[in-house]
Amino acid sequence: MSDQLAAATVVGLDEHYRLHVNGTDHDVRDAWVGESLLYVLRERLGLTGSKGACEQGECGSCSVLVDGELVCSCLVMAASAIGQPILTIEGIAPVGSPSDVQQAFVDAGAVQCGFCTPGLIMATHNLLERSPDPDVVEIREELSGNVCRCTGYGRIIDAVQRVSIARRAEAAE
Amino acid sequence: MSITAGERTRFGRLGDSITRPDGGAKVQGTFAFSSDLGADNALWGATLRSPHPYARIVSIDVSPAYRISGVEAIITAEDVPGELTYGLISQDQPVFASEFVRFVGEPIAAVAADHPETCRRALEAIIVVYEVLEPLTDPERAIDGSHPPIHPDGNVIRHQRIVCGDVDATGAVVVEGNYEIGMQDQAFLGLEAALATPDPGGAGIDLHVATQWLHEDQKQIAACLGLPVDSIRLTLGGVGGAFGAREDISLQVHTCLLALRTGRPVRIHYSRAESFLGHVHRHPARIWMRHHATADGRIVKVEARMVFDGGAYASTSSAVLINGITHTQGPYKCANAIVDGYAVRTNNLPCGAMRGFGVVQACFAHESQMDKLAVACGIDPIELRLLNAMEIGDKLITGQIIENVAPVARCIRETAALPLPDEPVGGHDGNVMRLPGGAGRTADSGHIRRGIGFAVSIKNLMYSEGFDDYSTARCRLADGIATLKFATSEVGQGFVTIAGQIARSVLGVDDVVLDPIDTGVGSAGSTSASRQTWMSGGAVNAACHKVRGLMFDAVASSHGLDASDLSIEGADIVDSVGVFRISVAEATAGLAFDETVEYRHTPTEDLDENGQGNCHTAFAFVAHRAVVDVDPELGLVKVIQIATAQDVGRALNPLSVRGQIEGGIAQGLGLAVMEEIIMTNGRVRNASFTDYLLPTFLDMPDVVISLIEEPDPIAPLGAKGVGEPPTISSTPAIVAAIRDAIGRPIDRVPVRPTDIVALV
Repeated sequence: MSDQLAAATVVGLDEHYRLHVNGTDHDVRDAWVGESLLYVLRERLGLTGSKGACEQGECGSCSVLVDGELVCSCLVMAASAIGQPILTIEGIAPVGSPSDVQQAFVDAGAVQCGFCTPGLIMATHNLLERSPDPDVVEIREELSGNVCRCTGYGRIIDAVQRVSIARRAEAAE
Repeated sequence: MSITAGERTRFGRLGDSITRPDGGAKVQGTFAFSSDLGADNALWGATLRSPHPYARIVSIDVSPAYRISGVEAIITAEDVPGELTYGLISQDQPVFASEFVRFVGEPIAAVAADHPETCRRALEAIIVVYEVLEPLTDPERAIDGSHPPIHPDGNVIRHQRIVCGDVDATGAVVVEGNYEIGMQDQAFLGLEAALATPDPGGAGIDLHVATQWLHEDQKQIAACLGLPVDSIRLTLGGVGGAFGAREDISLQVHTCLLALRTGRPVRIHYSRAESFLGHVHRHPARIWMRHHATADGRIVKVEARMVFDGGAYASTSSAVLINGITHTQGPYKCANAIVDGYAVRTNNLPCGAMRGFGVVQACFAHESQMDKLAVACGIDPIELRLLNAMEIGDKLITGQIIENVAPVARCIRETAALPLPDEPVGGHDGNVMRLPGGAGRTADSGHIRRGIGFAVSIKNLMYSEGFDDYSTARCRLADGIATLKFATSEVGQGFVTIAGQIARSVLGVDDVVLDPIDTGVGSAGSTSASRQTWMSGGAVNAACHKVRGLMFDAVASSHGLDASDLSIEGADIVDSVGVFRISVAEATAGLAFDETVEYRHTPTEDLDENGQGNCHTAFAFVAHRAVVDVDPELGLVKVIQIATAQDVGRALNPLSVRGQIEGGIAQGLGLAVMEEIIMTNGRVRNASFTDYLLPTFLDMPDVVISLIEEPDPIAPLGAKGVGEPPTISSTPAIVAAIRDAIGRPIDRVPVRPTDIVALV
């Protein structure tokens, strides 16, 4: 590679924009335009709860909601999420006050290493909002975009069912 | 990370299914994995890797990369101040390749820069000139000597025979087969990640890293950096799964070198594609096996030849080989054997530890053989296994006697007795999602065939062959609060949960604080070989007992009692008469007890030239039954149910044991029907989660479990490690079920559609 070419490949860290994450506006400054939403959330906004594990949208570890839609944040350019509400695992519940889904994952033994867990929590909240009473086949189908390597999924299905049953019981009261 | 398990109840003792102390942080996204760690002024590091499986490096020119703005350092082999090579057993792997590259992905240089994208561009700018050489990719050519040595240590990493009993013995029935096991990836989700922070002046370094064995990393890093071991301080960064792939050095030395060179914190995160190249895998293996049996099905002799492809560097290949060949007979009586085993060096990806460690490969062969033997003898496969089931007092083909606990027949009977799924093909509701291939790719349900298969295994626990295997734990007790310190890698398996349970049970406390997991205490050994419940559990247990002894002495002396009359009841100290009672919190108010203990298991021996010796210390047993639905025209498989009875010794946390069993079976299922790193002439063709298929929610069936609790008297808590057995015989059980469904032989895993439809 010639010197000229090398000089021309300097990273352009000069983008400025604003993202609306978990109800708050965040300024993103001096960014490279090629950064994924996952990278910006983690490295620029310090929201490290969303995890990167495949960078191809295959494993769901980076799942967040953009304008209410469940997406793999590794596949979304950060700059393309400007002006849309973004919800991450940090926005699900205050620290120390877990949501029903989060608590069910702990109680059911659905967490081992925990790396897939934030993505699965996002996907489960999203599923139960759309379909409050899913059967096992529906749970498996709906969550099949989230890979877990530790648990074999059995306890996760149990956790989802626990929430579904508890919410139904609560609604009946 | 400091974890406080603070519930004020008596719950949380050994045997209780308490939840993880780190669970709250993990579900809320606040648990700090190694990839979540940053530091002010930190740089990003990245690694330049070989594109060739085998080549001579003619020249490396890093100067163009230095001209890229934001690049702070570029290092190669010339910049390694200490040992130029590392390795777990033999130090044969270069920190950076300098003369030759021996596999696709071998590190050649590393850069530190201000942004990952700058790193990527810098790596692209480095000019390496190669003289490409013909790679050695066929393990048989490593054995027969037809390819020149690709490494100064030669192409055979280890050759070991086992010769036992009458090698000329024969039986009325003889069955044999050639079996092939593909290369499996551990595919943990948390990619390799580390943060290295140098001391001012560079005299030492702090490294946060996701690893299975902090002290072994520390030793190898110190040697390569040329620094004293104590100057390398390691802290466990949160580990996103391991399964064997974090036992070897990957990015540790590179991250430290870049940090010392730049004087700034450096982070390296591997990508998924890089991770496939950057850690060792499960050895692909080829196994020939022949069984001789009496006409009524009793095994007379086993013969085998096993070849494990270790790839370019030794890693733990020699130990994997020994595990493979010493488990040739499986959990069955066998008086005579002749086994020949090789672990060889090739220009394929390096292989080493993965859950099951050599026994997975042996088990696929011996269980396939047992089914062939059952057919040849006209005996039911389960009856044949019961007929030959190993018992206490039996001698292994290594001459070692099985002692204490061997519930093989019980594993088989209890597995067979578990309920079969009552669902018809496609389920009662006819939902196509229940069919092989799901909604999109399936023939109608009338074509689906169901099959049932069975498999059983034996797995050694802890380290073998004379290794000085120990774990260290420290317990402090003050004001009713126990604080535990250990360097045991928590990789998701839940040692942090049972450590607290042990302390609560032994000391009668409710509050247990876990200190950060780091090298500030002695080694815990590796989180591998199903060893931490036994080893670090044993160390925590012993440290807590020592502290309890001191506490009893103090209580006895201040209350005029005999310490030997005292015991723990709930959260109180009581005497044997039942008159005296004081709470632990009250008894320890203003006092502090502090003990550190090293726990060792029974010593083991090397094997002699005939493969004889007490090389293992303990064993666990398990049986699996698989039910599958197969679409024989499309070659699709859906596993419907796995049933298993596992010898766990004692379930210290039944929920946690269940998690290990279900998760281990998922990895066994992966090897059975989908997971394989495919290599062509030394090049990897599927280094991504798009192309390397992992079991999803839709692939993993319900698991029905029976825990067999026969406490092992030599285990400190009666409990055996439970992580590996689920992965071992689940694979052959699924393959047996597929054979049952289609009525044709299958001798390799993973089973591909073409193996089922026989187009190839």
